[in-house]
Amino acid sequence: MNPRMTRRLTRPLLYLMLIFMALFFLMPVYLLLITGLKSFAEVDLQRMWALPKGIHFDNFILAFEKLSPHLWNSMRMVIPAAIISSVVGSLNGYVFSKWKFKYSDVIFTFLLFGMFIPYQAILIPLVIFMEKLGLRGSISGLVLVHVIYGIAITTLIFRNYYAGVPTEVLEAGRIDGAGFVGLYRHVVFPLSIPAFVVVLIWQFTQAYNDFLFAVVLTGNRTWPVTVALNNLAGSQIVQWNVQMAGALLTALPTLLIYIFLGRYFLRGLMAGALKG
Amino acid sequence: MIRKLSTTIALLIVVALLAACGGAAPAGADQVEVFSWWTGGGEAAGLDAMIKIFAAEYPKTEFINAAVAGGAGTNARAVLASRLQAGDPPDSWQAHAGQEIIGTYVAAGQIEPLNSLFEEEGFGKVMPATLLPLISKGDQIYSVPVNIHRANVMWTNPALLAELGVQVPTTWDEFFTACETVEAAGKICLSMGEQWTAMHLMEVVLLGELGPDAYNALWDGSGDWGSAEVTAALGTYAEVLKHVNSDAAGLTWQDASQLVANGDAAFNIMGDWCDGYFSGTAEGGNLGLVPGEGYGWAPPPGTDGTFQFLSDSFTLAKGAPHAEGALAWLKTAGSKAGQEAFNPVKGSICARTDCDATLFNAYLQTAMADWASDRVVGSLTHGVTANDTWKNEINTALGLFLTDTNRNVEAFQSALVAAAAAYPNK
Amino acid sequence: MTATPVPARAAAPRPRRYVNRDQVLAILVVMPSIVATAIFVYGFIGWTLRVSLSNWTGLMPDYSFAGLRQYLELARDARFAIDVRNTAVFTTIFLTSCLALGLFLAILLDQKLKGENFFRSVFLFPMAISFIVTGVVWRWLMNPATGTRITGINLLFQQLGLGALISRWHLTDPPWGIAFVAVPAVWQMAGFTMALYLGGLRAISEDLREAARVDGASEFQMYRYVIMPLLNPVTLSAVIILGHISLKIFDLIVAISQNNIALDVPGVYMWRATFDANNYGRGAAIGIIMLLTIAVLIVPYLVYSMRSEEQQ
Repeated sequence: MNPRMTRRLTRPLLYLMLIFMALFFLMPVYLLLITGLKSFAEVDLQRMWALPKGIHFDNFILAFEKLSPHLWNSMRMVIPAAIISSVVGSLNGYVFSKWKFKYSDVIFTFLLFGMFIPYQAILIPLVIFMEKLGLRGSISGLVLVHVIYGIAITTLIFRNYYAGVPTEVLEAGRIDGAGFVGLYRHVVFPLSIPAFVVVLIWQFTQAYNDFLFAVVLTGNRTWPVTVALNNLAGSQIVQWNVQMAGALLTALPTLLIYIFLGRYFLRGLMAGALKG
Repeated sequence: MIRKLSTTIALLIVVALLAACGGAAPAGADQVEVFSWWTGGGEAAGLDAMIKIFAAEYPKTEFINAAVAGGAGTNARAVLASRLQAGDPPDSWQAHAGQEIIGTYVAAGQIEPLNSLFEEEGFGKVMPATLLPLISKGDQIYSVPVNIHRANVMWTNPALLAELGVQVPTTWDEFFTACETVEAAGKICLSMGEQWTAMHLMEVVLLGELGPDAYNALWDGSGDWGSAEVTAALGTYAEVLKHVNSDAAGLTWQDASQLVANGDAAFNIMGDWCDGYFSGTAEGGNLGLVPGEGYGWAPPPGTDGTFQFLSDSFTLAKGAPHAEGALAWLKTAGSKAGQEAFNPVKGSICARTDCDATLFNAYLQTAMADWASDRVVGSLTHGVTANDTWKNEINTALGLFLTDTNRNVEAFQSALVAAAAAYPNK
Repeated sequence: MTATPVPARAAAPRPRRYVNRDQVLAILVVMPSIVATAIFVYGFIGWTLRVSLSNWTGLMPDYSFAGLRQYLELARDARFAIDVRNTAVFTTIFLTSCLALGLFLAILLDQKLKGENFFRSVFLFPMAISFIVTGVVWRWLMNPATGTRITGINLLFQQLGLGALISRWHLTDPPWGIAFVAVPAVWQMAGFTMALYLGGLRAISEDLREAARVDGASEFQMYRYVIMPLLNPVTLSAVIILGHISLKIFDLIVAISQNNIALDVPGVYMWRATFDANNYGRGAAIGIIMLLTIAVLIVPYLVYSMRSEEQQ
């Protein structure tokens, strides 16, 4: 049997497997959505898979009322954090790939290790230090922390990406008289868009989904949405439908990013931000 | 494409910087920042009701509600601990009355004694005399209790008991006999939930088997965890665990008490926040049952005449940024009006004994009567009797005991002896 | 994200005149990152190390020297022994499942099927969701109740006539209960692993595949003998990333296990010891042990990457 024939025969089987896997991945979202749309009286563990009898947006409205100021907080925190992180990462990556200096590889390795520390291990000194800096309780403090703990990953992604930029391209620029700044501005930066997309999405998701730093570093007025979502759950009666609606609302910004920009994310990964 | 994206990124940077600059709210002069873990359900509603009373009495003081939810206060505690270590205390915070406060915040020198407040406001006179030593260290009282919950309550399903002809047991032997009947009918005898509810059950069994004096002695250092009486009580506990549902570890306390409400289980031993869950409205996520009909209650075997309490209370921070506001808040929290606003909504009784009984439902009225007359002892699970470090060692020992399919009582007891020796109340 | 430092091509010989000004500028650019990392990573680790060698129990710092007491106590601690066992089981299941499922999905999507974009998004999106939300939903899905209270996936099994598959999930007797906690973790990270592999697959030229086909290799043989070996570096990156997530796992376990010691892991024990028990010395010691465990995984890898770069 020639390979073409095999492919034709196995094709329906492949689709079947894909659809089955897709159902597995979508199952929790289905549950979030239908539970969020149910009225409270209708939430019943035994009927959890059943479609809602009517569509109740009340839960979403209630959840949105409670979460919206914190969604705004999250945006005010996440957007600067993602952008600053990517700028820092890009410059670092540029230096560590194209402007190596003595011990730069050793230093890079030391930076990289920061990616792997369990954050609980540094939580208390972090809080005390931020308090001393007068940054605890503010959104800018949280931005700073996300930028700092993002240095390792963002530098790594950009460095890997720039490693794929041929030295000849830079050489050409050098001959034209461009220096550190000029080469970055006219040669490296314009080539960096795919890596920027990867890092922006990555840092956006990380900072947005973080709970640990947010809960200890912000106050009730500056809480991002993850902390507010946790508070929505309360400590006694669990209103599943409101909580599910809230969980979906909370997940929405990052979900939309992955749905609409996921392909650019993947393209960025393939373009060299990821290289084995 | 590249130019477009660069422009977009540049624009985003501008927006981001603008957004980041819209800084935090300015600090007013007259404020009080109160920290709690009351963010949901009746707790948050009760807190709101009490804040209203406070706002009416002190209209010029801004109330900052710094509640953090999650894990029965665990997240809140992490935030609080790091704030205290960083030297930035909230003015007043919620903590369980008793050793949770004494062993943690008093030991660390973080809170002020409140004796003069108690004297001025006459709080001491309207609270049970057996309560005060449990919230004091030496002569100093350290917190204002706003509510009281009872830990030792056995909830029953009256219809199921009537159908099976089972009497409410008053001793553990009667309980085991009752279990035979219940289990023969294919029902669960005692429903239980996740690990902390197992600890709750353990403290109730210890109290019932040892009696209040020997139970208290375990915590003040005069009793012996290695004694034969404790061995026997732990043996009873191991026996009781044979009659609980097999999926306990997967259930919350609500799931467990719902088993009794549904008639799947005959008994459940849990604090009286269950009452709010049983009798509260369905819209609020509760079961909407009639007290005495849909569910019944009795003291668990051997604990009649003893009120095993826990209490949420508020403290005064040492070096509170707004000490005046904090004292005003504590006055409201200890006042009749404040407690009458809070407790009916939260589903607990007042720490004061002079609250208006007609504000409360049938169960809570019986609890109020008992609170005023019974011997008061503290709860372990809810922070009264042991400091946090000790309690957590007990929790670990218990967790290992529950995981151990052989239920080795000897190993469990020696772990408890070691815990008591390593981290006694100071 | 990938942790593979790519061998940067050797920097071109630099004409002298750039070195002074531009090289200084380059060092100045990375200096803030170096300082921040020195404080926020290494300084704080040092602080934690100091706490782990102290007697600190209680709310306020007590740095009195306790030597290795905390570590010796942990070595005898039955709870910590459970943590170690659980971490081993969890990591094994999580890693192998993510790699297998990720590779499987990547190969499926590599077949130039219609709707590839859609499926890719479906597999990738769980990455966008926080572990807290995942934990809440999956705790519901993996409800172990049986009989009249059956719900979640068990209910689905029952309704589909697959009663034999009904499981006690994470309440399965130790040590296998923790394996079920890996299910939501796999759900969340398998798509990411797929993305890594897909990136790797797309980087392999079509010529190479055609060459294999011309040599008479079946599709299976081509994947097994031509493509798989080329994906080894991707697997290594994936192991590093997934491995350190697994060793640090915290929120997901808390959301699902509710302080059940049978499902305890070091990240949870550390949190409880520090903030529930005010046993800061022990909490810090657990943190340091976690860090060392991760270092055992990471450092050889970092050193290896650095060496292989130097050789080029």
